[in-house]
Amino acid sequence: MPSLGADMEAGTLVEWLKRPGDTVRRGDIVAVVETEKGAIEVEIFEDGEVLELLVAEGVKVPVGTPLARIAGGVETPSPDAVPVPTPLPEIGLAPASTAAPPPARPAEVPTPAGTRVSPAARRFAAERGIDLAAIHGSGPGGAVIRADVERTSGQGPEKRHAGIDLSQMRRAIAAAMARSKREIPHYYLSHSFDAVAAKEAVERFNADQPPENRLLLGALLVKATALALRDFPEFNGFFAPDGFLPSKAIHVGVAIAIRGGGLAAPAIHDTDGLPLAELMSRMRDLVARVRRGGFRSSEIADPTVTISSLGDRGVEALLPVIYPPQVAIFGFGSLHDRPWIVDGKIAPRQIMTVTLAGDHRVSDGHRGALLLRRIDQLLQDPQKL
Amino acid sequence: MTRPKVRLDRSHCLELLRQMARIRRFEEKCAELYTQEKIRGFLHLYIGEEAVAVGAMQALSPDDAVVATYREHGHALVRGVPAKAIMAEMYGKQEGCSRGRGGSMHLFHAGTRFFGGNAIVGGGLPVAIGLALADKMAGRANVTVCFFGEGAAAEGEFHESLNLAALWKLPVLFVCENNLYAMGTALELSESETDIHAKAACYRIASEWVDGMNVVDVEAAARCAVAAIRAGEGPHFLECRTYRFRAHSMFDPQLYRTQAEVDTWIKRDPITRFREWAVAAGEIRQEDFVAIEGEVEKEVAEAVAFAEAGSWEPVEDLLKDVGAERRT
Amino acid sequence: MSYREAVRAAIREAMQRDPRVFLMGEDVGHYGGCYAVSKGLLEEFGPERIRDTPLSESAFTGAGIGAAMGGMRPIVEVMTCNFSLLSLDQIMNNAATIRHMSGGQFNVPLVIRMATGGGRQLAAQHSHSLEGWYAHIPGIRVLAPATIQDARSMLAPALKDPDPVLIFENALLYNATGEVDETVSVDIDSAAVRREGTDVSLITYGGSLWKAMQAAEELASESIAAEVLDLRVLRPLDERAILTSVSKTRRAVIVDEGWRSGSLAAEVITRIVEGAFWDLDGPPARVCSAEVPIPYARHLEEAALPSTDQIVAAVRHLLGK
Repeated sequence: MPSLGADMEAGTLVEWLKRPGDTVRRGDIVAVVETEKGAIEVEIFEDGEVLELLVAEGVKVPVGTPLARIAGGVETPSPDAVPVPTPLPEIGLAPASTAAPPPARPAEVPTPAGTRVSPAARRFAAERGIDLAAIHGSGPGGAVIRADVERTSGQGPEKRHAGIDLSQMRRAIAAAMARSKREIPHYYLSHSFDAVAAKEAVERFNADQPPENRLLLGALLVKATALALRDFPEFNGFFAPDGFLPSKAIHVGVAIAIRGGGLAAPAIHDTDGLPLAELMSRMRDLVARVRRGGFRSSEIADPTVTISSLGDRGVEALLPVIYPPQVAIFGFGSLHDRPWIVDGKIAPRQIMTVTLAGDHRVSDGHRGALLLRRIDQLLQDPQKL
Repeated sequence: MTRPKVRLDRSHCLELLRQMARIRRFEEKCAELYTQEKIRGFLHLYIGEEAVAVGAMQALSPDDAVVATYREHGHALVRGVPAKAIMAEMYGKQEGCSRGRGGSMHLFHAGTRFFGGNAIVGGGLPVAIGLALADKMAGRANVTVCFFGEGAAAEGEFHESLNLAALWKLPVLFVCENNLYAMGTALELSESETDIHAKAACYRIASEWVDGMNVVDVEAAARCAVAAIRAGEGPHFLECRTYRFRAHSMFDPQLYRTQAEVDTWIKRDPITRFREWAVAAGEIRQEDFVAIEGEVEKEVAEAVAFAEAGSWEPVEDLLKDVGAERRT
Repeated sequence: MSYREAVRAAIREAMQRDPRVFLMGEDVGHYGGCYAVSKGLLEEFGPERIRDTPLSESAFTGAGIGAAMGGMRPIVEVMTCNFSLLSLDQIMNNAATIRHMSGGQFNVPLVIRMATGGGRQLAAQHSHSLEGWYAHIPGIRVLAPATIQDARSMLAPALKDPDPVLIFENALLYNATGEVDETVSVDIDSAAVRREGTDVSLITYGGSLWKAMQAAEELASESIAAEVLDLRVLRPLDERAILTSVSKTRRAVIVDEGWRSGSLAAEVITRIVEGAFWDLDGPPARVCSAEVPIPYARHLEEAALPSTDQIVAAVRHLLGK
């Protein structure tokens, strides 16, 4: 099938004007081919005898397909196998298929290393209070791009000489807290409840556990909160410029204090689904890594809600500040012996106070109160946690 | 205009025949190579019109300038652009006369003052009058010959250029190759006045028409016109009435004309006619023609081999020859 | 010396120095030039070298191409860029491409001068600024002399250039006057900083230069130090000068009399984004002609074309003021 035009890809053999056995001479019209433009005659370029017609009338074939065999003529080179004096076709064709020279690289002003940060990266970092100064850039010319901020905030020790850079962390916390108080209308709720059931459950469990497997009360607090959040989605998610994005998953960020004045709240993923022992083990692991300075940036970026607890060296209640872009934070005070009214009489009880700071753009006190009551309820029945 | 006689001795007859046969064989080979995708893009064949280029070029000297169209392989060949260089150009190899940058429609050759190879119908006429203007202003006795088809007579540039050439008495020979069809549009469908040379006469340009299938007539008219131009008589216009035996380009089913019409013109094949005449006149023998065919076959085969063996310009040189290299 | 006189002086000097140089175009001879640029030249050089042409833009532009290939150094004057549309085929399909199509065998040392720009209530068909269009074409060099000095001095290197050079003379500049050094040589490669500054780069060319300078003066009174960069050469753009300026000031406002969409300003801004993205303190801005065929009524035309006020406003906006 001859190529008859720059954009011809195939043709339909409509009519054979010669049959096998016919003699043909150079210039004879041997067939008619139908193309988009109309019927075009096909001529033969050598003398010979038709041996065999290879394509039947009415068949459409691509350009280059052999149509007939002729005896006595010069072998018509097919496009693939051209006999050439010097073997060049492979080499000849290659440059046509190699990539053209790369488009002229635009002149670029050289900027000092470490000073390129994309607008998207800046914004992401600002929203999360992440300090850009020491983030390693993977973009063009070493630019810090958004993925770098997502990935590398929270450097491992291999990236630094010693532990965590506390001053950088302090700056990040300061930025985040300032932004929180600036942008988030906090409301506070507080609820005190009898925690003896939870405490005794922990003691019973730990009785026959080696030290490394022992539960802390904190694990129950975290689990109860996570479970309660399943029914209160307005406290679990992110506040974005165009509104609140509830999170299907519940990743509780656990606030962990760092010696020397640092603070981090990395996430335990899918907290509500974790068995208590597993949850405890994750918390233990997190605390260890935080203190070592080895948490991953996803752990920092992923919490959908945060729980802060000051443990037994703490105070009755804490009024925590929400970590943007989250919309709620819980604070658990320490256990205190308090006189309580039980069955109309005063009795000593182990009381804990839980506080909730909520983002009033997203939730309100009525719901918050119900949520806190729920947590109380769950902690009264620790077997179900 | 009184025509000087063309000396039709044996050697000149052989020369005319040889040139026409070269063109014919070259063009046929190009058709074949195109169907094999060796030659790509557009291919416009000169088969049937050989007498015009061959006849007209006899009147030129090496210092004269030639401007042609996209159907210019024949003009390039008879002007003296090597067949190898032309074939390599068709293949796109860097050994081609335009380094592979131009292709079939843009053959250029500085050595023979061959200024293309122009793909815009009518686009060469202004350039041709400019070349003539330079020669006139510099006091040189050169002539610029401008080949174009009758389709160009519809373009504004045709009229602008003829007017300007006449106004400034520029040494241009306008050769209109009237093959009756502008691609698929017949002359009577596009021109209110189909007598092309009459249009030139309206611009006060000495003009005539000749039988473009008769190489001797073309040569005689061209020599006469060129002599007048060189004598300072201003531009001349030669309408050569001819016919292309093949389609406008390869991808053309020729829905616009009948096979009967084509066959009528094929009977006036310029090569056949001249050969028969020359043999009958005793200037040449049939064997001479066979010998010519053999030489021509060889020359074309060598051209193809040269093109096949040619090389591709390195892609790194893509941006070459857009402008002169600058020192910055 | 006026801009017009400067161009005339340049043509005279070129023709005196080189017998191959001649001027060809509509009304350049007996009329003295549509803008009086060639007044007196016919008397001095004669009709062979100061050639009046018929209204045949395509033919005489093509003739310029042919004459250049034939060894002359023609200056083709297309009366305005509005009429150059009739010679576009010759410019794009011949002048710009012959060197390339011939594999480097032929070159076209042609200079084409055109008046350009709006602002004289000449309405839609007589007010185009097509510099940006022409700057799109590989194979030609595009110049926009915005100062009288450049009007005087850019012609000589343009004539020396072995390839086609288009010179755009904004018609509103012809009457401007100023000091000129007739002996100095200039290049046709680089942009020029006309006013140094640190707070924003005003990048412009041709008839918009004075507006940018005026804007810079106004901004200075508000303690905004604008740098004004005169592109001078629109193809090829002096990218290094653009990036050097913008990486210093971190802000850019491009002033371009072409219509906004697909304008030369768009090209300049893209170069800035490609090459100085990390230094930017805000998105580059542009002040261009409104996307309307230029209207006749004065107040409408003024509103359609870039103005000093618009430039000042654009800078203020960029600085958050």
